[in-house]
Amino acid sequence: MTEKKTDAAELARINGEIEEAITHEPSEQYLTFYVDKEEYGVDILSVQEIRGWEPATAIPNAPDYVKGVINLRGTVVPIIDLRRRFGIKQFDYSSVTVVIVVKVKAGNREKVMGIVVDAVSEVSNFDHSNIQAAPELTDNKNTAFVKGLGSTEESMVILLDINKLLSTDEDLDLSGIRQATPA
Amino acid sequence: MSIDLSQFHQVFFEESYEGLDAMESALLNLQPDNVDPETVNEIFRAAHSIKGGSGTFGFSGVADFTHVVETLLDEIRSGKRKITSETVDLFLKSVDCIRRMIQLLDAGKSCDIPEAKTLKAQYEDILERDEEPSSATDNISSDTATMIASSDADSLVKKWRIGFKPELDVLRTGNDPLRMFRELAELGALQVKADVSRVPQISTIDPEACYLSWQLELCADVSKSSIEEVFEWVIDECELTIEPLTDANNVTEALTEKSEPVPTQKVPESALNEPEPLTGSKTIVSVVGGVDVEPGVRNLVEKQATPDKSKVEVSSIRVGIDKVDSLINMVGELVITQSMLGELGRDFSMERLPKLLEGLDQLSQNTRELQESVMRIRMLPISFTFSRFPRLVHDLSRSMGKKIELKMLGEQTELDKTVMERIGDPLVHLVRNSLDHGIEQPEDRLKAGKSEVGTITLNAFHQSGSIVIQIIDDGAGLNKTKIMDKAVKNGLVAEGDSLPDEQIHDLIFKPGFSTADHISELSGRGVGMDVVRRNINELNGSVEVESVEGQGSTFTIRLPLTLAILDGQLIRVGDHVYILPLISIIESIQSFQGMVHRVVGGCDLLRLRNEYVPIIRLSDIFNIKPGVQEIEDGLLVVVEGDNMKVAIFVDDLEAQQQVVIKSLEENYKKVDGVSGATILGDGTVSLILDISGLIKLAGVQRNEYKLVSSDDGRAA
Amino acid sequence: MAKILAVDDSASMRQMVSFTLKGAGHEVVEASDGKQALDKAGEIQVDLVLSDVNMPVMDGIELVKALRALPNYKFTPILMLTTESAGDKKMEGKRAGATGWLVKPFNPEQLLATIKKVLG
Repeated sequence: MTEKKTDAAELARINGEIEEAITHEPSEQYLTFYVDKEEYGVDILSVQEIRGWEPATAIPNAPDYVKGVINLRGTVVPIIDLRRRFGIKQFDYSSVTVVIVVKVKAGNREKVMGIVVDAVSEVSNFDHSNIQAAPELTDNKNTAFVKGLGSTEESMVILLDINKLLSTDEDLDLSGIRQATPA
Repeated sequence: MSIDLSQFHQVFFEESYEGLDAMESALLNLQPDNVDPETVNEIFRAAHSIKGGSGTFGFSGVADFTHVVETLLDEIRSGKRKITSETVDLFLKSVDCIRRMIQLLDAGKSCDIPEAKTLKAQYEDILERDEEPSSATDNISSDTATMIASSDADSLVKKWRIGFKPELDVLRTGNDPLRMFRELAELGALQVKADVSRVPQISTIDPEACYLSWQLELCADVSKSSIEEVFEWVIDECELTIEPLTDANNVTEALTEKSEPVPTQKVPESALNEPEPLTGSKTIVSVVGGVDVEPGVRNLVEKQATPDKSKVEVSSIRVGIDKVDSLINMVGELVITQSMLGELGRDFSMERLPKLLEGLDQLSQNTRELQESVMRIRMLPISFTFSRFPRLVHDLSRSMGKKIELKMLGEQTELDKTVMERIGDPLVHLVRNSLDHGIEQPEDRLKAGKSEVGTITLNAFHQSGSIVIQIIDDGAGLNKTKIMDKAVKNGLVAEGDSLPDEQIHDLIFKPGFSTADHISELSGRGVGMDVVRRNINELNGSVEVESVEGQGSTFTIRLPLTLAILDGQLIRVGDHVYILPLISIIESIQSFQGMVHRVVGGCDLLRLRNEYVPIIRLSDIFNIKPGVQEIEDGLLVVVEGDNMKVAIFVDDLEAQQQVVIKSLEENYKKVDGVSGATILGDGTVSLILDISGLIKLAGVQRNEYKLVSSDDGRAA
Repeated sequence: MAKILAVDDSASMRQMVSFTLKGAGHEVVEASDGKQALDKAGEIQVDLVLSDVNMPVMDGIELVKALRALPNYKFTPILMLTTESAGDKKMEGKRAGATGWLVKPFNPEQLLATIKKVLG
């Protein structure tokens, strides 16, 4: 499993892919990314853009995975570190750290949030033929944010329900997930 | 084709609200001893309009009620009745009632309220007292009387003979006999024979006069009233005869024409005569007297008590076209500046730097002007809120038996729509307070050498980027002794303490404070003033009182011109920069150890002149790394929030600037101690602090800290 | 089909009348008081005038008198929109030269029937 380093050119390429993906087919396209050597995917339609990391303003008494808020073209947007969210030790942020800005459904409104990931992979197609249900995960309260497991030639991708993932403050237990996707 | 009238309902409701406001205004201006007929006309017209519209759109509840109001108004208008202050009060109550009914209809509910019945009864009482048959319900004109024919009394005759002789001038009213005949022809077979006997010599003919008359025969299965209806408009300017050509006549003719004798069957006389009583002159036309019979078919859709329509409340605003034009101009200038800067950017060299700086300056000015222009769009004159007070003062002063005059100044002063909506209730409370506790009874005023009539003045004006609203009364002023007594009773002040007047007066804003001897219906329950202050503080505003015993009081409210922008003080704690609302800052002091007292198990206290102020360390409540540890090395910013003072310990004060308030909850959630966020000049986000929230986080207890005057280091 | 001038100080009434008449293929001109109506009548020749009685500035009765004084409106049908309780207004209107009346409140169907009666 190769982790691609994401630089400005890569960012631009991927942002372009996202735009194209959104204008063409309806869902089942996922943006995949890496967190601690695991590959995850989120529905392309919920992805707004990808940015590099910039320092965020801390929020008092927030959980440690909430890094703070940033200014996204005049809107105040919170940044969540997925590593910390998954209970993994945080990386140091650098110029190649990536933030995926997503639109999350909260009730009947939509919130914009950013998630810090190790690296972005690509836009992949997953449809019913290559998605495996994982009831032991989806039915479990603590891992309900997992939609299923997608398979590519090279690997298994954990497909996430971004709405569920970012709307809860509860602790997430990923041990089950990591077992399901042998590297 | 059936037209859906509900599409006009909203317009009707809107114009009715406006009409009711106009009625109310005019009623308040009415002097019973010197009635201005035009004012009465205005009031009548407004009621008439509402009655007409409500009838048309099927709101019979409103129509019926407004009808009695209109009837009484009509009597006054025509001089049949004099207007008294009691009738003015009745009219004012009716305005309220109609308004309430329309609000209910607007919300999709039934407008059937008990007040309508009670008030209607009062009208009926008054109207009956008059001997003249002024009641409109009795006034059925002769036209309608003839129209109200119970159809079953009329038989349906097959043939009618009609004689129509119009007056010479019938054409001058735009009537045309031909049209009427056309209408008749729709009912059945019509034969028309003109009588030219009245036509004069050609030389004397007036071309615009009608000299003709006609004899018509109509074969139609209709009643006499249907035929009369065709001529209803000209009934007074013609001679009209309508006779049935009876079957009996026909039968008689038929029988006599038949020469063959019908042998044994002799048709009895009575059989021949029978048809007669059913026709002709013996027609029974029952005039249903005293009842409003609606001509024609009408579908009155009475609004049933339907469940609450979940009305999507989309707030809207009316904007003067001048403001829109101004905005368009600003945007135009901005576009010019932008293209100038764009051009500079494409082809930049150091020697063009002055031009760049000039362009940036220009940009800054354009942006500022645009900002002001846009904010002005949300601004409305305060008259919208002030308008409720004449009525309020009128009603309350009458019920209290006091004589009070209301003056309003600066009604055109503009403020943000949302701020205005939220300042309404606090203003009402303050005005009621002046009415109740401020202005004295007329006798007491005279005794004090004042005029019998007390004055309450509402004054609004702009001052250095804020709007100031004053409520001034020339009443009794604040009673310092009573306030101090209450304060001691509430444990706010120690007995025997002496405080400067300002502080005593300010005590009335503390919770649970009311020095009213009796709890009047309006105020005096002691929940008022502190809520008023809290509501105003929530708007980033402030309220203060000045008073001179015996002379009166002035309440001064200061509000920002808009809720979207805040005057902020940047403060630094460690690596973090936060913003405090400037309006909440009382003072900032460099403190030294002697001023701070430690309390075991509590928080540190700052000794500030004659009070103890709790110190809040942001590093503690926010769990952040402080830059400065010792009190002497930092600053204490004394702020007001939640009706108490606290001192916030900061490393340093930074700039003061106007900031645009951005929502934190929009994409994240509510955070204790933070009211919002803003974007600083360097593009980073800075959090705006919420004093009330900070106080809660710090767990500071209210009212714990007694005010002291002596220097004995006493703590809570 | 016909050009009709609708005069009433109530916007909701004007809207209802306008909508109804336009739906039947007529052209409608609106005015909110007698004076406005007089001005409009001067600008374009209408075939029928519908007017409320109680209006500010110039009421319906005055309007009828003023219209009848114009040579091109001597014989134009003018209908007063009157309420039942104002029985005397009908007579006053007729004396001023009105053609007839339509009693408020009325529904769109009644309005159209009355218009038909007058216009043929």
